[in-house]
Amino acid sequence: MSQEHFMNDLSIIKKQMKQRQRTLFRKKFFSNKLALTGTIIMSVIMMFAILTPFIVSTSPYTLDTANRLLPPSAEHFFGTDNYGRDLFSRVMYGARVSLVIGFSVALLTSIFGTIIGLYAAYFKKLDSLLMRTSDGLMAFPAILLAIAIMASLGANLINVIIALTIVFTPLVARTIRSSALIVKEQTYVEALRAQGANSTRIIWSNIFPNVISPLIVQATFIFADAIIVEAALSFLGAGIPAPEPSWGNLLYDGKTVIFNAWWMTIFPGIAIMLTVLGLNLFGDGLRDLLDPHNKSKK
Amino acid sequence: MDNKETILQIKNLKTYFPVNGGVGREKRYVKAVNNVSFELTKGETYSLVGESGCGKSTTGRSILRLIEPTDGEIIYQGQTINKLNQKEMLQIRRGLQMVFQDPYSSLNPRKRIGTILEETLKIHHIGTKQERTQRVMDILNKVGFQNEHYFRFPHEFSGGQRQRIGLARALIMNPDIIICDEPVSALDVSIQSQVLNLLEDLQKEFNLTLLFISHDLSVVRHISNRIGVMYLGKLVEETTTDEIFSNPMHPYTKALLSAIPVPNPRIKREKIKLQGEIPSPLNPPSGCVFQTRCPFAMEKCRTVEPELVEHSPDHKTACHLYYK
Repeated sequence: MSQEHFMNDLSIIKKQMKQRQRTLFRKKFFSNKLALTGTIIMSVIMMFAILTPFIVSTSPYTLDTANRLLPPSAEHFFGTDNYGRDLFSRVMYGARVSLVIGFSVALLTSIFGTIIGLYAAYFKKLDSLLMRTSDGLMAFPAILLAIAIMASLGANLINVIIALTIVFTPLVARTIRSSALIVKEQTYVEALRAQGANSTRIIWSNIFPNVISPLIVQATFIFADAIIVEAALSFLGAGIPAPEPSWGNLLYDGKTVIFNAWWMTIFPGIAIMLTVLGLNLFGDGLRDLLDPHNKSKK
Repeated sequence: MDNKETILQIKNLKTYFPVNGGVGREKRYVKAVNNVSFELTKGETYSLVGESGCGKSTTGRSILRLIEPTDGEIIYQGQTINKLNQKEMLQIRRGLQMVFQDPYSSLNPRKRIGTILEETLKIHHIGTKQERTQRVMDILNKVGFQNEHYFRFPHEFSGGQRQRIGLARALIMNPDIIICDEPVSALDVSIQSQVLNLLEDLQKEFNLTLLFISHDLSVVRHISNRIGVMYLGKLVEETTTDEIFSNPMHPYTKALLSAIPVPNPRIKREKIKLQGEIPSPLNPPSGCVFQTRCPFAMEKCRTVEPELVEHSPDHKTACHLYYK
């Protein structure tokens, strides 16, 4: 077989294999009801968040004191708040803030947590230093630590993201470390060392792919958690400052008038619940999908 | 094997594992490999046998410096390799490869077979992408796979197939020596012979030297030229395969041989049954390491440690029974 012919042959096989894999993945994805539901919920929420300026005509900041605390109606889907602002518009704009925070925190914690976790697992000497530090951070309740960090940094969007990243990174680092410790003891890592592979190659090209599925699951849960903690922070007044709407400070605003205007707490609450539910379903489903061993079961 | 060129020489290899005694207690060592010396000549198959925990795998791993040896010398092609740095060691590793025992954990489950094999070439910075693919394909064909297996994942293969992939990974650098650490003990008997035959064919084709680590004497008999018997971190007997089966000297070797099942139940054999357990390597017995279980132990065995001495040509043993 000539070289060219042979490479051709190989690329054909590769194409077929990719095709097969794609159909398999599609089949698995659609038969996985959890992942499907989660994906649908999340994509609807994402779509709303992105398209908010086109869907919502009223500004979330326009005060209208004459129409304070109106119940839900055709004009104001979710009613109005105690300053007469349209609640529907505020919840929609709040979604953007919440999702930006959730996504950034999930992404940043994944990056830092993976680096810390992998190196802690691989290098014994680093392990005690990194893990004791993260133990120290984890000893504080998440919200308390976040409030403390917010208090020293000042309340704005970027600082919320920084604070939540500090709070959640140890969680990811723990998960990654424990998975990596198992992977590290596998014979194929020893085989790589026998071949002379350096630590960078072993860690990133061999251990890392094996910890991706716990990482993704953890990241989706942190996405959800970050939204909740941000809401809690804003609710306590240490998060996104008014008048910018976030689901947390919408709840906070609603608290004082909860007996007169139930819609002010119910609608942001439902928004949070749906998002977190969607993310958790998505994360659970993803975990099942990502495991290559599952292929043989179907 | 006309040219008796020594390719690998192990001199007084010692691998100790420190055991943490806790606060206030003295630090102790598990002497997994204790003063082992042997040589490999080019093209031969040398087997290390012994029961579990005797240090045969540790010896193999120490040679590749997967476990750093505590003391001793490993001389590969005239070069002492146990003090080389990582970069110099990388060059040496091209010629020294290993096949592992467990075919299930020795391949990364997230990687395709082609990628796994190519990785070795990448580590050693060999060839362009296309040349590497070609080389991987050649090796895969050598161990009996077709082109379409290139993109498969390890979990799509059986144990025997995986072990052949492990063999391919060891072969891809064109090594001189392959250390086989119980390569067939995890496989079915029918698959064992298949892998062993392949190993023999490849040995002839590439003029490989094999260090074969096993506890299965029938496998060892089939494949090796010379055999070293290990007990509790020490080499107790070393000779050719024929000699060890026809004329074993050390009582431990005799006991091992009499434990091989014989198909014919009417054959009566001299059986040596060993009493008791293998002593803890943390606290090895004084004198001869085997004295606690040896049916022929004498007074001298309890105090004086026997040396590994050549008693007849090519037949070394460490036992007081044979001192003149």
